[in-house]
Amino acid sequence: MEKSNEPFIIDDEAAGLFRVNRRVFTDPECLEQERRRLFDKCWIYAGHESEVPHAGDYRSRNVAGRPLILVRGDDRAIRVLLNTCTHRGALVCRQKSGNARTFQCPYHAWTYDSRGQLVGVPGEDSYSGAFKREEMALGMPPHVESYRGFVFVCFDRTADSLYDYLAGAREYLDLVADQCQLGMKIVAGQQSYSARANWKLLVENSYDGYHGLPTHQRYFTFLADAGIQMKGGNIASQRQRAIDLGNGHAVLEYDSPWGRPIAQWAVTFGEHRKAHFEELRRRFDERFGAERAQRICETSRNLGIFPNLVINDIMAVTVRTFYPVSPDYMEVNAWALAPVDESAEDSALRLDNFLTFLGPGGFATPDDVEMLESCQRGFANREVVWSDISRGMKREHPSITDELQMRAFWRRWNQLMTEPQIRRARKAA
Amino acid sequence: MNATELPSRQQVEDLLYREAALLDEWRLEEWLALLTQDATYQIPPTDVPEGDARNTLFIIADDALRIRSRVKQLLGKSAWAENPHSRTRRMITNVRVLGAEDENIIITANFAVHRMRYESVDTYIGHYDYKLVRQGNELRIRERRAILDNEALRPHGKIGFIL
Repeated sequence: MEKSNEPFIIDDEAAGLFRVNRRVFTDPECLEQERRRLFDKCWIYAGHESEVPHAGDYRSRNVAGRPLILVRGDDRAIRVLLNTCTHRGALVCRQKSGNARTFQCPYHAWTYDSRGQLVGVPGEDSYSGAFKREEMALGMPPHVESYRGFVFVCFDRTADSLYDYLAGAREYLDLVADQCQLGMKIVAGQQSYSARANWKLLVENSYDGYHGLPTHQRYFTFLADAGIQMKGGNIASQRQRAIDLGNGHAVLEYDSPWGRPIAQWAVTFGEHRKAHFEELRRRFDERFGAERAQRICETSRNLGIFPNLVINDIMAVTVRTFYPVSPDYMEVNAWALAPVDESAEDSALRLDNFLTFLGPGGFATPDDVEMLESCQRGFANREVVWSDISRGMKREHPSITDELQMRAFWRRWNQLMTEPQIRRARKAA
Repeated sequence: MNATELPSRQQVEDLLYREAALLDEWRLEEWLALLTQDATYQIPPTDVPEGDARNTLFIIADDALRIRSRVKQLLGKSAWAENPHSRTRRMITNVRVLGAEDENIIITANFAVHRMRYESVDTYIGHYDYKLVRQGNELRIRERRAILDNEALRPHGKIGFIL
């Protein structure tokens, strides 16, 4: 195949132009490079602590293209185990979730405990003295760390801590985690879907304020029919900002046109709930003071954590992660996040509000999937080389309908994809 | 038919086949006329097929208001996921009249719904749980739950039409 020497991006600060070469959405070699330079190097979201509340609870899932087990051990520590028998490779956990004291490989019955240690080998006396059971524990990623309940893994031994990696994104995870003193939880029910599109198109889309009105016109019509009118008729006229959070993370933060189950009443929630929502809000004022309470309760935030985690705290809170199977196809998993002590009625309202917009059957997400797939089909016109991501580049304070947040992603992406690969010394053990 | 008598399977099949034809032909206003005023339409998540929408994140959990809004959107111009409309073809089989609970008649049926879009064919497989009621001489749909056997919406990506 002819090798392209064109850059991945054009970042012309002086002229105010930013372009992305569409080959990054279609080229299999580019995807291979992403696997090595991004997904094997960055901190990748693996799950939430609330998904394994009790000793022995586990979830098996694919993360960064690998089958992993998120498990809480009998010592109550959360671990991530590589789901492959150290003997000959079979998956040792073939259920999606459950509670187990041990994982037994069905192939030759090697048995591991909930900490991943090999505790049973049938006919162990047939092995030589060089065979050491303690060296045959299940593999683990070199780093597993949590921030406010969000568990990440990293396959790069030399990586920075999760805390440093998250940089400015920590502040926005705090605004979500602070919504409940007792913690937040992933609600039952996983939305498992896909798009016939490159995974980076979903990064862009998840915090794209510019597409809101044209792509989601039907959602805003639905809101208007329910009695919610956009202030000034336009999301861009509200208090709002886009922020580069460092390390490729970025966020949009804006006054919410819609109701928020955490503590912002809207007419769609019904008059009978108004007093209850005032009470919910009053508790936030008491806990945090009026300013931070207002920010937690009344602003919406579309947060992108590099490379493939989205936490959108909008008309409900969704946690969404995605991974490329091929350049033109990704798998998407999404969940709802809620306060652990939310009442049954409030929780039902939260899930109802979630579904108005979000998810593969909502009034918005299907249209997003359609647009991403449409872009991917358009890329077959290879003569059109560049996509434009220049909006607001010369503005001092770019708005949420500009594209600052995407440029933050693309600059980090380009840096990791092009920096010279110097063999870094392993950290001293 | 009187209120205490269960409908025959053939009577139920007539309703379900008519519904399938209306949906495949995008005659959604006529489809709405098959529903009661308080009808609900649900699709549970693929990992919790027996879940309750009050405490589980569903794919769709429409009340009567949202069903009507959904139809209005689908018949309008900006439901891009279904504009242009997909072709769909529904196979409804294994229809069983399971009994009655109060005034509700409990029905189950299997489905295979093919969606043809941009020259891909994606098949949604599962079963419906219906609660029907009698209104005059007609059977009407009060509850309509489409429970997917698909383990994920892959490669389907979305449910833009009415499943």
